[in-house]
Amino acid sequence: MLRLLWLVPMLPLSGFATLIVGGRRLPRRMVSAVGIGSVALSTVLAAVVSVAFVRTTPPDAAYVQTLWQWMRIGNFAPAVAFHLDALSLTMMAVVTFVGLLIHVYSTAFMASEEGYRRFFGYMNLFVGSMLILILADNLLLLYLGWEGVGLCSYLLIGFWYKDRANAQAAMKAFFVTRVGDTALAIGIFLLFVSLGTLQIQPVLRSVSQYPPGTSLCTAAAALLLIGAIGKSAQLPLQIWLPDAMAGPTPVSALIHAATMVTAGFYLITRMHPLFLVAPAVLFAVAVVGAVTLLVAALSALAQHDIKRVLAYSTMSQIGYMFLAMGAGAWSAATYHFVTHALFKSALFLGAGIAIKACDGEHDIFKMGGLRRHLPLVSQAFLAAALTLAAVPPLTLTFNSKDLILNEVWLSDVAGPAFWTIGVVGAFLTAAYTFRLVFVVFFGPEQRRSESRVSRWMLIPFAILAFLGAVSGLPELLNAAFGIQSFYHFLHSAMPGPARDFNSAGGPWIFQAIYVAASLAGIGLTYLLYRRASGILGFVVSTTMGVRLHDLLTAGWGFDWVYQTLIITPYVRLARLNRGDFVDGVYAAVAGLSYGTHRVLSRTVNGNVRWYVGAISLGAVAVVGLVLVL
Amino acid sequence: MMAPVPVGAGLLAAAVLFCAGLTGVLVRRNVLFVLLSLEVMLNACGLAFVVAGAHWGQADGQVMYFFILTMAAAEMAVGLSLVLQMRRHFGSLDTHVMNRMRG
Repeated sequence: MLRLLWLVPMLPLSGFATLIVGGRRLPRRMVSAVGIGSVALSTVLAAVVSVAFVRTTPPDAAYVQTLWQWMRIGNFAPAVAFHLDALSLTMMAVVTFVGLLIHVYSTAFMASEEGYRRFFGYMNLFVGSMLILILADNLLLLYLGWEGVGLCSYLLIGFWYKDRANAQAAMKAFFVTRVGDTALAIGIFLLFVSLGTLQIQPVLRSVSQYPPGTSLCTAAAALLLIGAIGKSAQLPLQIWLPDAMAGPTPVSALIHAATMVTAGFYLITRMHPLFLVAPAVLFAVAVVGAVTLLVAALSALAQHDIKRVLAYSTMSQIGYMFLAMGAGAWSAATYHFVTHALFKSALFLGAGIAIKACDGEHDIFKMGGLRRHLPLVSQAFLAAALTLAAVPPLTLTFNSKDLILNEVWLSDVAGPAFWTIGVVGAFLTAAYTFRLVFVVFFGPEQRRSESRVSRWMLIPFAILAFLGAVSGLPELLNAAFGIQSFYHFLHSAMPGPARDFNSAGGPWIFQAIYVAASLAGIGLTYLLYRRASGILGFVVSTTMGVRLHDLLTAGWGFDWVYQTLIITPYVRLARLNRGDFVDGVYAAVAGLSYGTHRVLSRTVNGNVRWYVGAISLGAVAVVGLVLVL
Repeated sequence: MMAPVPVGAGLLAAAVLFCAGLTGVLVRRNVLFVLLSLEVMLNACGLAFVVAGAHWGQADGQVMYFFILTMAAAEMAVGLSLVLQMRRHFGSLDTHVMNRMRG
């Protein structure tokens, strides 16, 4: 059954080919059938492969399927080969499943859009590229998927390309991630030049022979980290993600929450032996994660656009993953990836429904009171929000975030300082999440559209919200009854340092702290937005408050910094360099031709006698020359 | 039989005639006189051929003169019809009027 693996990425790609080649003749129903069908088949196959993998774990805990040799240049012969282990299996399952639900949702969400076929074509291409990225056996194939994902991101952010702002957001995403992509490409070159292969497993084996801190490993790891930062929207390359919300909401759910932005996380986790021999870079991963999670969470507190709140939240949550990876907790990071993919796509789908219900209104303060209008939606949204804020009664304790924080506390690299940042982040997470909930779903009612929410939007949303909420269940079973499950499955493939609390009571004290942080966040927002909204109004009315609010809304002014430091000087330099030496040569050629033309055209004065004179003079000159010479 | 004309004198006469014709072409603005001057130049060439033929005692020079004469007649026919057209279009025979193709 494992042999079916190659079909998992190939089906969405063939779906893309069918939709793009099929042309305008395809009726809408056919487009939906192809678009959803390819991903659905892929999901089923992924499930079959996963079950087969778990039941008969192959030797080395990995299954490799080589399809064909890609190219052969001297010793360099990369193959198109897929590598399946616990990590790629988890990612594959999540990407196909979440992708499928979002495709179903899109049929209703995009129903009245032109470019329906184009949309599903790009979505299929995206899922296919992401699966190639995940399953790739060598870094070159991984890079193919990496770029494919970036391309789809560009195409889908700019889906409504007739609006200039959307096209600019798409360009911005493309350029900013390109910075990271270039670093990744250089890192791959470096690994190839030093190690002579791009096969991930041999690379990792030979890299782990090096002593920690070797300059090669540090350089390669640092370059890969920059690539991961770009794709995963971490500081300082995070500026593209909030603007990427210009795309349709299902795109935001699929690309900018559940799957694509986690490519950076996947890259680091996949290459983690390399990072283990580069401790400085591993520490940098933790720092990047910690800073991003705080900065993004604070920005999320001040946003007015519902999708931008969620975008900053995504950055913050991926910051948690980076923090976990910095602490060497690969399994905890992966676990958080799974739960995050579920609840964040649920939140985005819910936001899409809310936006539709308010006639395309994005401003949360103009939505308000959706609870009475959309009771089912608000319950599901509340469930997803509780999962994000990690509140125990509903989301079954041992949330993935708590796992991360435990690991961070116990790790000797990160330690209590990072742990404190993480707990503050948990508090902020709860605060911004419930600010969203209180403002959008509670509060006074505003205008709404009368149209009913389509079933096809509601069902995927509810499924994702439910699964997100119960995603902590395996760990609860583990903690309560010692049943080894998902986390141990991941841990077996990616053994981090074995750590545990010394005392039996340890976990419970920490658990209480996390719950308290979340509840404090919720309580504070309840107080500020439901009970005493006067306080908030007062804070915002002071000069400091206004400044702070503007700073946070603008995402800490990173856009401004890049504008002044890079874009403006670059444009100036380009202007300055407009007439450089090379241009001068060509300009001179053009000028010479023009001058000669002007002189010669003087002789063509339309006067016959002048011509006759010129001919006579010419004849005399020629005859004279013949006689003289 | 007449005494042959000295070659030098005959060629000189041809050269003088040619220069006179050329001067006429260059100086005159009336297209009719330009054509007349052209005719003078052609005949100067013809004279040079005849003188040269007489000098070498061969008939080629006179045969050549017939060709020139034919060509001159044809040229004049075309030229005069163009002059007619010019008169019709521009209402004038001044060559300066026809300068639309200046660069």
